[in-house]
Amino acid sequence: MRIENHPILTFPERKRVPFSFDGREIEGREGEPIAAALLAAGVRVFSYSPKYHRPRGFFCAVGRCASCLMEVNGAANVRICVTPLEEGMKVRTQRRAEKLK
Amino acid sequence: MIQTDIAVIGGGPAGLSAALSAAACGARVTLIDNGLRLGGQLIKQTHRFFGANDFYAGLRGFEIAERLVREIRKIDRIDILSPASVTGIYEDGVLTVAAERSSRRVKPKKVVVATGASENMIPFQNNDLPGVYGAGAVQTLMNLYGVLPGSRVLVVGAGNIGLIVSYQLLQAGVRVEAVVESQGRIGGYGVHASKIRRSGVPIYTRHSIRSVNGGEGVEEAVIAAVDQKMRWQEGTEKKFRVDAVCLAAGLSPLVDLLWMTGCRMRFVRELGGYVALRDRNLRTTVETIYIAGDAAGIEEATSAMIEGKLAGLSAALSLRPHNPGSQRELGELHSQLARFRDNPAGKKAARGIRKASLPGRQEEKC
Repeated sequence: MRIENHPILTFPERKRVPFSFDGREIEGREGEPIAAALLAAGVRVFSYSPKYHRPRGFFCAVGRCASCLMEVNGAANVRICVTPLEEGMKVRTQRRAEKLK
Repeated sequence: MIQTDIAVIGGGPAGLSAALSAAACGARVTLIDNGLRLGGQLIKQTHRFFGANDFYAGLRGFEIAERLVREIRKIDRIDILSPASVTGIYEDGVLTVAAERSSRRVKPKKVVVATGASENMIPFQNNDLPGVYGAGAVQTLMNLYGVLPGSRVLVVGAGNIGLIVSYQLLQAGVRVEAVVESQGRIGGYGVHASKIRRSGVPIYTRHSIRSVNGGEGVEEAVIAAVDQKMRWQEGTEKKFRVDAVCLAAGLSPLVDLLWMTGCRMRFVRELGGYVALRDRNLRTTVETIYIAGDAAGIEEATSAMIEGKLAGLSAALSLRPHNPGSQRELGELHSQLARFRDNPAGKKAARGIRKASLPGRQEEKC
């Protein structure tokens, strides 16, 4: 869900770019955080907790809470709330604890 | 290794102001910020500030940020590392800085820590469900990127942040079902509260959130009345069909880096948590480390800007002690802070600051 009209703010036009989420292609705006693109596309669950497999989503938006870690272009534990979206990125839901490579 | 006079950590209202005032005093400054854009929390504020006149009263938060950042970029003596995170402050005074694909070291003579705050989490059932979002996160999403957090939202906390984010949600076209506040009265400014009430949003004081429910995300929120000791009053539950809950349950100073420096810290409730002890000019017990803004104690953006100026100036003066007129400038900033704190919220902060103040410390000789 994106804001159509705002009484105060105007949002700069950003290029629409395709990227993949768990293998399916969706569209976001170039340079916005991946989390914003996913939420705008109606995706709320970003990962599952390693032990109890509880769904995890967006929380702090400033790269501190670790609730939004996802696999991006093959790299695990990417903080998608502070990672700008690029065309063709491959974003995957994380379902277990991942190791840093 | 980058050699510099003053490293300012954090590019929000305090850090930007610190960088400007230190540079104006002749210091070479390296400003380090971990956001995707400079400006800290200011860049997502759509309301007009009514703070001190000479501190941008009447401008909206994001406009204040634009002005500060424009000024910063004009000054050659200020280098900007952004987005970049300071990951450590070492005994020899070296900062390690990590950026997306590089890491570097910065060796400053003085450091201003203006790292801001982090949002408080509160305990309730299923508080880890997707759809439970921090107030700052909701502001970022909506006001920077134009994405809505949900269509029906419950806001927890009626301090200034809770009230402002409620109003911002309404501006963006989101339905705010209610605002709940565990205290007996609304903590934020009356102007903000009445704007929300005029829009038909109920504010429940002495109520808190008890649980959220849903499968893969929030579908319902349950609130209930609490007494003064925060005990649930059984039989008072109210349920709301919402797809998001916005938590504005206060902030805690972000002091991880300060702990690393070994400066003396103290828990001060009025300032939101552990803070560094400081003298009047915002120097900590570690001679090279200064603090400003929410990292020095939770307050708000106008006082953060004044503190930033003060910390930047006093850090710069410690490197060039014979600067005429500087003592007067410091004094002016002290009285601006005192004037700004002459109201109930400011008095609480001032009480906290007294608890965090170093007694009888020698003032900087200028």
